[in-house]
Amino acid sequence: MNATFKIWRGDASGGAFRDYTTEISEGMVVLDAVHDIQRTQAGDLACRWNCKAGKCGSCSAEVNGIPKLMCMTRMSDLPLDEPITVEPMKAFPIIKDLITDVSWNFEVKKKIKKFKPRPPDARDGTWRMAQEDIDRVQEFRKCIECFLCQDVCHVLRDHQMHDKFIGPRFLIHVAALEMHPLDTEDRIEELRNAQGIGYCNITKCCTKVCPESIEA
Amino acid sequence: MADYETVQHDVLVIGAGGAGLRAAIEASAAGVSVGLVCKSLLGKAHTVMAEGGIAAALANVDERDNWKVHFADTMRGGQYVNQWRMAELHAKEAPDRVRELEAWGAVFDRTQDGRILQRNFGGHKYPRLAHVGDRTGLEMIRTLQDHGVHQGIEVHMEHTILSILKAGDRAVGAFGYERERGRFKIFRAKAIVLATGGIGRAYKITSNSWEYTGDGHSLAYEAGAELIDMEFMQFHPTGMVWPPSVCGILVTEGVRGEGGILTNKEGRRFMFDQIPENYRAQTADNEEEGWRYCQGDKNARRPPELLTRDHIARCIVREIKEGRGSPHGGVYLDIAWIKQKLPNAADYIKRKLPSMYHQFKQLADIDITEQPMEVGPTTHYIMGGIHVDPDTQMSRVPGLFAAGECAAGINGANRLGGNSLSDLLVFGKRAGEFAAKFAKDNSLGEIDPPQADKIDMAAREALQPFERSAAENPYLVQRDLQETMQDNVGIVRNETEMKSALEHLRTFWERANRAGVTGHREFNPGWHTALDLKNLLTVSEAITRAALERKESRGAQFREDYPNKDERFANLNTMISKADDGSMKVRLEPLPEMPDYLKRVVEDNR
Repeated sequence: MNATFKIWRGDASGGAFRDYTTEISEGMVVLDAVHDIQRTQAGDLACRWNCKAGKCGSCSAEVNGIPKLMCMTRMSDLPLDEPITVEPMKAFPIIKDLITDVSWNFEVKKKIKKFKPRPPDARDGTWRMAQEDIDRVQEFRKCIECFLCQDVCHVLRDHQMHDKFIGPRFLIHVAALEMHPLDTEDRIEELRNAQGIGYCNITKCCTKVCPESIEA
Repeated sequence: MADYETVQHDVLVIGAGGAGLRAAIEASAAGVSVGLVCKSLLGKAHTVMAEGGIAAALANVDERDNWKVHFADTMRGGQYVNQWRMAELHAKEAPDRVRELEAWGAVFDRTQDGRILQRNFGGHKYPRLAHVGDRTGLEMIRTLQDHGVHQGIEVHMEHTILSILKAGDRAVGAFGYERERGRFKIFRAKAIVLATGGIGRAYKITSNSWEYTGDGHSLAYEAGAELIDMEFMQFHPTGMVWPPSVCGILVTEGVRGEGGILTNKEGRRFMFDQIPENYRAQTADNEEEGWRYCQGDKNARRPPELLTRDHIARCIVREIKEGRGSPHGGVYLDIAWIKQKLPNAADYIKRKLPSMYHQFKQLADIDITEQPMEVGPTTHYIMGGIHVDPDTQMSRVPGLFAAGECAAGINGANRLGGNSLSDLLVFGKRAGEFAAKFAKDNSLGEIDPPQADKIDMAAREALQPFERSAAENPYLVQRDLQETMQDNVGIVRNETEMKSALEHLRTFWERANRAGVTGHREFNPGWHTALDLKNLLTVSEAITRAALERKESRGAQFREDYPNKDERFANLNTMISKADDGSMKVRLEPLPEMPDYLKRVVEDNR
């Protein structure tokens, strides 16, 4: 069985959707199809990927308009009677084809105050933490930094307020640090001001696209 | 020399997984400037995919554990051809490296009394793996990444290194390109740490991503370092086999650590059928005892599903070959069966193995709390790599260090699960520490005229694929290479097939030299694939030549033409280097003699 794809090709100066047809086999995901196209029809088609199992967060793109990891999007979950569109994330500048410049995210993280533990207080020079006290922190730490939540967040996507708002990924990063039982740093003032938590409208679009289903 | 962008650091770390990050952190803490090169974005390296845990004798769950037991387990698992000094340092220092991660913000699962929880894993006598569900690698890489970025390490994301630059004997820099614009770049440094990971892309069925093309192995080899133990390739017993598109994706050993069992199509637990002599005393001989072990009964011995990976992979191959496999050419891995033993088993499985639950649910329509998984061996890890000094991690090329999977020695003929993450931390730290020291003791090396010529030549060579028309498709050359290695230098080997592999590799070299690409230099994966071929071919040849030289079966190397262990090879490592005429040279090197106090440790833990 064949499927037709409309894949966005281009760079910062512009581009367009181009059509590709490829054969679909059982269990295939969108990333497999993109790789097939790359191997046989478009050797220079740019896309990022690594683990192919939803663990690294590299292959973020928009499939039929929805922010997705290509490696976790099954072909069998898509309507194949019409072309499938694959395009890069919208909240970040285009580099080429399906690749965007996500460096802003790395810069934002550098500005968040680092983990600062209280002095070890157990007799063996470490700490004690109860599992129930870290469950919530571990939930936030499941984040694979695919930046799909940043992509879907209208404050970044539509209003491009990257200089005023750190986005959902880093709100939960700050939350994980603040809720860490050992941490002694205070990040609340920055969160309110420089990091712009007030811009969040709590529409939870970020939660909907999260491949790790992180409950914010 | 043409005009290339040049950057300068005291220490240049190539590779940003666990070992590279840990090395960069250590070097930076020693007060030198550090550059960190990643082939992908920061935080996406293979460490992020590690699942089961970090092996360290913290003795939080079983107080009988200590570095000596861990050392003995590692040596036994490696069939005693490990570099003993590396195994010793690793076992002694791993606990501190894990505690340090906690001090940097890692949040491990906890014991009842609030300490770091440890789980069972293959070949480890006691529960030893510090973990976070089945996403330990993510926790580790993120902790190191977040700690590292606050230390002023300069990160060069999406850069690939093409060659190591030398002044005389010494390594003084690296030449590579950035993927985004396709421009070349020179990195000058006083010391260089290679931490590039593995070579899994040399095989068709693999758990490794596109990055793992043996770059560090090949760079070091070309620069004059030696490669040791290259015949020892770990095929992880449990990769997904169905559907085809996910074939090779890893299924954590943690499934078996939590009580998962392996069965054939007749429902038989075949791992009980063949228990190696040197593990018999510590392996359960009935199912009931094996379950008690998984439940923490200190008087029980571990189930045979927790034998070493080399052995389990071979048993699975045997079941499949003899017609007792599952419908899609694997065997069954069943964790759902623990429902018979535990209340709330489904919740327990989802809590301890969340990413396995999602992986099977989303990619294979299998609910692992209800149904068994179908699994088979997948190329996972290379025990062999750059030969380094055990204490400093420096190769025989002054100023060139290596750590993590691309370095070798600690694992011998087979690596125990969980020992990789601890290896990255222990030897990443050491490489960073001694690279920083080397950088302080030495000035920046000169790029002399012969080096400048070499750089120009490397640049010209790298651009040739754009000039070839009607050329070989690099993706297809890579695919054919993977098939050859899978079929001829895989889990079961013999001389005829390996010699034929060498013939094939020769034709792949020719094809690689004819590889052509379309498009331009900006972020062009076809071009990157063409450039990676050279490294893949070098490591494939090294694996094959080393495997031919070791005429015995030991650990991960199984030769059907020499099916037994041979005493003559018990104290030898294979060593590969580049001869003056450019050919690949293999020799056998006697193992360093283990000191008496360690021999006693091995004996006491028999």
